[in-house]
Amino acid sequence: MDWISPRRLKNLGMLNMNRRNVDYIARYNDRTSYPLVDNKLKTKLAVSEYGVKTPKLLQVVRQQHEISHFREMAEDLAGFAIKPAKGSGGKGITVITGRDGDDFIKASSARISVAMLERHLTNILAGLYSLAGTPDVAIVENLVQSSPALAKYSFQGVPDIRIVVFQGYPVMAMLRLATTASDGKANLHQGAVGVGLDIGSGQSLNAVQFNRPITLHPDTGLALENIRIEDWENMLEMAARCYEATGLGYMGVDLVVDANEGPLLLELNARPGLAIQMANGCGLLPRLNAIESLKRPHFSPRERALFAMESFARR
Amino acid sequence: MTVRSRVPFYVFVFLLIAAGIAIATWRHLELGIPWMTGEQRPVWMIEARVDFEGQNSPAEVSLHIPEQPPGFRILTEQAASPGYGFSILDSNSGRRAQWTKRDVAGPQTLYFKAQFVPDEDAIHAPPVRKPRALTVFWEEPQATAVRELLTQASERSSSPESMTRELIRLMQPDNRTQNTTLLVSDDNYLQLLVKMLNHAGIAARTADALKLEDARRRQQLVPFLQIYNGKRWLTFDPRTAEQGVPENLLLWRQGADSLLDVVGGDDSQVSFSMLRQTVPALQLATLESNANGLSVLGFYQLPIEEQSMFRMLLLLPIGALIVAFMRIVIGIRTSGTFMPVLIAVAFVQTTLVPGLIAFLSVVAIGLLLRGYLSSLNLLLVSRISALIILVIFITAGLSIIGYQMGFNTGMTVTFFPMVIIAWTIERMSILWEEEGAREVLVQGSGSLFVAICAYLAMSTPLAGHLTFNFPELHLVILGLILLMGQYTGYKLSELKRFTPMKAYD
Repeated sequence: MDWISPRRLKNLGMLNMNRRNVDYIARYNDRTSYPLVDNKLKTKLAVSEYGVKTPKLLQVVRQQHEISHFREMAEDLAGFAIKPAKGSGGKGITVITGRDGDDFIKASSARISVAMLERHLTNILAGLYSLAGTPDVAIVENLVQSSPALAKYSFQGVPDIRIVVFQGYPVMAMLRLATTASDGKANLHQGAVGVGLDIGSGQSLNAVQFNRPITLHPDTGLALENIRIEDWENMLEMAARCYEATGLGYMGVDLVVDANEGPLLLELNARPGLAIQMANGCGLLPRLNAIESLKRPHFSPRERALFAMESFARR
Repeated sequence: MTVRSRVPFYVFVFLLIAAGIAIATWRHLELGIPWMTGEQRPVWMIEARVDFEGQNSPAEVSLHIPEQPPGFRILTEQAASPGYGFSILDSNSGRRAQWTKRDVAGPQTLYFKAQFVPDEDAIHAPPVRKPRALTVFWEEPQATAVRELLTQASERSSSPESMTRELIRLMQPDNRTQNTTLLVSDDNYLQLLVKMLNHAGIAARTADALKLEDARRRQQLVPFLQIYNGKRWLTFDPRTAEQGVPENLLLWRQGADSLLDVVGGDDSQVSFSMLRQTVPALQLATLESNANGLSVLGFYQLPIEEQSMFRMLLLLPIGALIVAFMRIVIGIRTSGTFMPVLIAVAFVQTTLVPGLIAFLSVVAIGLLLRGYLSSLNLLLVSRISALIILVIFITAGLSIIGYQMGFNTGMTVTFFPMVIIAWTIERMSILWEEEGAREVLVQGSGSLFVAICAYLAMSTPLAGHLTFNFPELHLVILGLILLMGQYTGYKLSELKRFTPMKAYD
């Protein structure tokens, strides 16, 4: 067994689970704001007022009987995503990328019948994927057409960019790439690849899968060293804007880059994971402390993004 | 957001823990509830035997019994005397055991048994009315002799105690002067002392005591002298002038009351036998608590059925503590936060190995059936409901099969909480579909590991003893859990998880 001593972790400034929960989530995230991020539908509506774009909403299934309309609506669609509004950790998200006769094709290129999709909707409504098992709402969104520059790195699913925003300042970012192991999902604990991104430039740093450092994508075999995210400054600003929209002091902002519409907000997370530190090869604590000790916080999202790019850039 | 000071919190937790330990210690000292299980305490069983000859007439026998002997507490009292009516009478002059019978003939034997617990703190309550020295009249020539002796004693003393000691010393045979010899004859020595002290203005009386020695029979009471010093009665050995009650001396009778009255009987006499017994300290404490105001804080006065329920309930905090520790400090993942505790409670009822086998088989069969249920395309609520019924079927089936095959342990499966098991199966099944078998294995074995740890802690006799007899210790557990809620250090599992960070150090 290989262990790292607590002292070395402390030197690296690694934020741990207990500390994140007590000193950051409990302290900076107001419970009343949780429904805003735990419910994707509410998130969409809340951030749209602050000029943050999200994938186009196609249908909201609130009641069991509305499921019958789903069939009509989905008739002419080639690609869409079904999500439980209160789902967490990517649970219950089904991405449809195409059709084959009456059946649909999932992102993993498995076939799925309409009846199975309807059963999936039923499960969502009953609250199978919702956080506390409470009844839920299913939302059907337009399929994100990932920009080819990034899409080539990801196996099947859409690559997304996770940015941790602390008191409105983007403090750390990573690119998440789906793999076969993660079944097209971009969740690190399910086996997606995390690529740390330099806050100053959007340039890739290190990559990890299952908490282990890697240099090549396990499925596509592409090198992960020289990825550069386009339009980085705007993306950071977009992430910073979500602070005004939700009031959450410590959150994860998940963005995707759409080929046609540019950066879109996928979802917000009030309890962002810790793996981002491993992808970046450095701890969050020094950056969080730097923000906490700011005497005069910046007011506009743009100023905050620029401050972060300057302060937290990798030299 | 302002950062509130942590100091009041730590003070509060400290107070909680201190209060828990303090109350427990206090109850340990006051009620004598032992810290450990199986602790033994000595108890003196004393049997007074009254013999007399019946005279073919109604008989009434009245024996003085101790009320509050210094250095002892009375635990139990009982009389054995077939055919007699028995009652204990409380009067101003003392407590008396009374036997009555209409027609008594021939030799009679009556027994009175009492158990005494040595207790240094037990003292007689001070008398309500201050005892006064009795007026004594002497005739000449005794009056002169007494006056002489008292003057002599009072010259050499400063207090009622020293006066008594001096007087006893003067009356000893080797110190006797002419005056003394005039007064003392062998059988009236103690009565004379009492009279003289009263004459000197010191309230005095006799007492009868029993020397406690293990397994002695046919013992007689030994007379002692007691004087009142203005605050309480002090006991003196009239032979040696030694003050105080030795450890092995039980004052059976104090005061002017007679020891034994027999009406309608001849040749009455009383003798004592004694036995040193040991009883479990806990049993002693429960027996005594009935008479003690502190017992309000305990569970001993509840009906036995409720007591056994509380025994189980009070173990839960230990399980909760272990789950909190395992999740916060060690970082073991479990399926369902407190599912392990409930499983551990079931293990306590079933014992470990049969419980494990029963639990694993129910969950395994349940997972198989759940696979079929998922293909039925059911709504969540009805799927869980169906699962609950299936779990009940499985447990019933296992019990019956186990019983037919001759394993009574099969029956223990009914102790598992059905709804919890149904939810566990549902969660495991979804986990399997979404995250794969590996995660099911990790969380399942994590849950079982925590459950077994909780079981091992909860099933130790000491844990059951402490939680039930010192319920205030739960304040300590509460304090520890609150403290753990403030733990912001690394979990043990994170030291493993973050190992690759070594490369960046």
